[in-house]
Amino acid sequence: MSFERTQEKLKILADAAKYDVSCSSSGSNRSNKNKGLGDSTGMGICHSYTEDGRCVSLLKILLTNYCIFDCAYCVTRKSNDIKRAAFKVQEVVDLTINFYRRNYIEGLFLSSGIFKSADYTMERLVAVAKKLRLEENFNGYIHLKSIPGASDELMREAGLYADRLSVNIEIPTKAGLKKLAPDKNREDFIKPMVKVKNEIIQYKAEKKIIKSTPKYAPAGQSTQMIIGASGENDFQIMQTSNHFYKNYNLKRVYYSGYVPISYDDRLPQIGSAVPMMRENRLYQTDWLMRFYGFDVSEILNAQHQNLDLDIDPKLGWALRNLHEFPVDVNTADKRMLARIPGLGMKSVYKIINARRFRRLNWDHLKKIGIALNRAQYFMICDSNQFERRDLSAEKIKGLILQNSTSKYTKTLSNQLSLFG
Amino acid sequence: MQEKKLIYDGTFDGFLSAVFYVFEHKIKLASIENEFVAQNGLFSEDIIIITEEDKANRLWTGLKSKVSSQGSYQIYYAFLSEQLGVENILLDYIRYAFSSTLKVDKNYAHPSVLKIAQIAKMVGREKHRMEAFVRFRLTKDDVYFANIEPDFNVLPLISKHFKRRYADQKWMIYDISRHYGLYYDLNKVEIINMEFPKHFDFTKTDENLFKEQEFEFQKLWQDYFKSTNIESRKNMKLHIRHVPKRYWKYLSEKQPD
Repeated sequence: MSFERTQEKLKILADAAKYDVSCSSSGSNRSNKNKGLGDSTGMGICHSYTEDGRCVSLLKILLTNYCIFDCAYCVTRKSNDIKRAAFKVQEVVDLTINFYRRNYIEGLFLSSGIFKSADYTMERLVAVAKKLRLEENFNGYIHLKSIPGASDELMREAGLYADRLSVNIEIPTKAGLKKLAPDKNREDFIKPMVKVKNEIIQYKAEKKIIKSTPKYAPAGQSTQMIIGASGENDFQIMQTSNHFYKNYNLKRVYYSGYVPISYDDRLPQIGSAVPMMRENRLYQTDWLMRFYGFDVSEILNAQHQNLDLDIDPKLGWALRNLHEFPVDVNTADKRMLARIPGLGMKSVYKIINARRFRRLNWDHLKKIGIALNRAQYFMICDSNQFERRDLSAEKIKGLILQNSTSKYTKTLSNQLSLFG
Repeated sequence: MQEKKLIYDGTFDGFLSAVFYVFEHKIKLASIENEFVAQNGLFSEDIIIITEEDKANRLWTGLKSKVSSQGSYQIYYAFLSEQLGVENILLDYIRYAFSSTLKVDKNYAHPSVLKIAQIAKMVGREKHRMEAFVRFRLTKDDVYFANIEPDFNVLPLISKHFKRRYADQKWMIYDISRHYGLYYDLNKVEIINMEFPKHFDFTKTDENLFKEQEFEFQKLWQDYFKSTNIESRKNMKLHIRHVPKRYWKYLSEKQPD
């Protein structure tokens, strides 16, 4: 492997891959066999972090940034005047193995621009994964991109070697996709997703009967949407997301605030701020849906189409539903505890465990590590001190904001002034 | 009543032997100290504890039946924190565990249980950081070598992880501040001690010791790290929270060009 050449390619093809936000390396169950290299049974590990605070756990690169498509939001679009490069299969294998041996990474995240055709591209992605598994006995994590429009046979093979597969729907609505990526249609994204979903269901069923059934994408599949490029509101975004979670058994939907990369007048212009706060609120909503027992329609619906930027979505929900509070932490069930603003699931479990031994008061809760700034207005405990005033939602929000300094204050004020 | 000071050899078995001694002699006021930090107290009576493996095992088995598996690993993790006085918090915890009919390790309203859970969490975080931040460099003898300086004594905790993961390469992880390391020879992991020259610079990759290709892969990794940044999202505060500066000196991606 010629060092200079690889160095140059790596610069180009890593730079183009960084907009894919997924970096998860957990959820697989591939253990080290026959004294091979690597193991991905444990939790994911972030080996480093970028200067913007994102986890670096996988070698995230494109196989090539040559592309026949011209999607407005993408850096590697055909019409963009940038340096192009392509890795050979063996080069990607060597980089992955050598980075892995030095404990730099958990594995490989391989995506690609589409050259010639969907199948031609997918075939090469599969070839890399196959070589890593069969020739190098590599048991680290592999995340492959499903190329929109790839054939069922290739998707089947991909899942045999990869831990996770993903295809990015990118634009939350059909209309938006048509405007920004006229060459693509949604069916092409859905097709590989359906295939992977069915294969996973089949694998799980067969595995119950035959233990040696070869693994199929044990870490499941995921997708990604760009936020703030095509004018959708939060209600539309979360509905799409909910649809994909429910119908395609996705492990994750990622939300990626649009980073302006083009002067195309269909898109936010270069220099406009990345909507990081909004992205954060969408992730919070996603978590409420998946782990806190909320239905998406409780948080976003026809009346509330956008999330508040200044308060988190759970607090927003609580303020609209004050009749559900206060909750008694010594008697409430898990579902209601999880709905108290300021309480995460870890705190909920701590409370449930600790209250077996005694009735909890403010002091206990504080020591356990509950963030009382928000929670105090919504709960009572073993104490005769609690919020007795009949406060309005507006008043509570004011009190909470007054007593907290958001780490996002700077971002918030920037974003607000844009609208105000 | 006079406080009895029990001095043990710094090992986990030694500590458990000391606790055993406390129960055996029904000592009410006891303080357990590591022999490296113990000072002669003016008003206390010193007892030197002899480490006895069978007593340690008996106590450990008994203790494990009194707490959940999470509770027992928390005790071990907290012990490895080497924090001054942690032995006495552990003693209080263990006494409480044996006195209760319920398993007590989830009772976070008890001060010692909470404290041990918190210390164990810190140690757990450091263990996880070391699994992430170890950077191997390939030596001329084909051994992947890494040096670390963790806040707590986490080498015993990370051994299994690395053995499982790097089953087909020889590797060594050396704790510079505690002067011992782990060495895997393709069959088993051993604890080793090494002599390094005085003023040996662990941050430098010496071309006499490391393979030529080592420099290339470090360079590729540094380049890769740079190109993952999205300038318009830069947030150094968050970055430093995830990768605290004290770890930077041994991270290859953080070395100056």
